[in-house]
Amino acid sequence: MGHDECRHLLDELSPYLDGEVSETVCAEIEQHLSDCENCRVMVDTLRKTVYLYRNMPQPEMPEQVRERLYKKLDLTEFFLPQAS
Amino acid sequence: MSDAITEEDLLERIRNGDQAACALCIELYGTQVYRLALRLMKNEADAEDVMQETFLNAYKSIDKFEGRSGLSTWLYRIAYNAAMMRLRRPSPYTLSIDETLQQDSPLTVPKQLFDWCCLPEKDFETSEVREFLEESIQELPEKLRVAFILRELEGLSTQESADALGISADAVKKRLHRGRLWLRERLSDYFVEQQIPG
Ligand SMILES: [Zn+2]
Repeated sequence: MGHDECRHLLDELSPYLDGEVSETVCAEIEQHLSDCENCRVMVDTLRKTVYLYRNMPQPEMPEQVRERLYKKLDLTEFFLPQAS
Repeated sequence: MSDAITEEDLLERIRNGDQAACALCIELYGTQVYRLALRLMKNEADAEDVMQETFLNAYKSIDKFEGRSGLSTWLYRIAYNAAMMRLRRPSPYTLSIDETLQQDSPLTVPKQLFDWCCLPEKDFETSEVREFLEESIQELPEKLRVAFILRELEGLSTQESADALGISADAVKKRLHRGRLWLRERLSDYFVEQQIPG
């Protein structure tokens, strides 16, 4: 398997994972993947990377930070403590 | 945006100096602004400053908001600019490695072959992994980082991200792709290391 083909594929991987490539390109990629273990691992792990990030817990704004923001903006009278 | 009030109404009220509307705006968008600031600034104190500056600037310049992009996108843009201003302030102690990274150099095919994607699910759910994921974002080169955050973590579309960053949609796509590849490499190193019995 030509190294060039793998490198070419690498550029297309995000559009491929995001479903943004044409049917022709998609078929080409899948053909290559069926022959190339390297690229298959690459796709699997890239997809997993995206998945892990999309599903990771998001940091929250701490309550005191929120309170200080209200204060800074002169909006203290509108501050409502967050129900926990 | 809640059903109770449209973005247009909210803007109108903020423009008229309605403080309750300003407070509502914080409730709607404060957390997302804070998250972006935190991931760009890498510490809570600076993130808080950036967030405060973002809302101060937003309310001050609300008349300049044209509504081409949504209010949320506009706030991201202000926050991003505020963060960049701070990060670019020259400091004798920090040296930005971002500038030295050649972001347009051709991609190289990684040699990393371990297929860690199918490890047991519990291996991904530890707090250590979560911390590693978060730390890795913060180590991404700046331009890749912000594109990755907006697209992948904040769920903006390509066009919204482009509007927030003032770059083309194509550039967003490239940066997102490079960001993903960069993070994949890091995670590969991490999970390979985890497999070595010690
Ligand atoms: Zn290949």
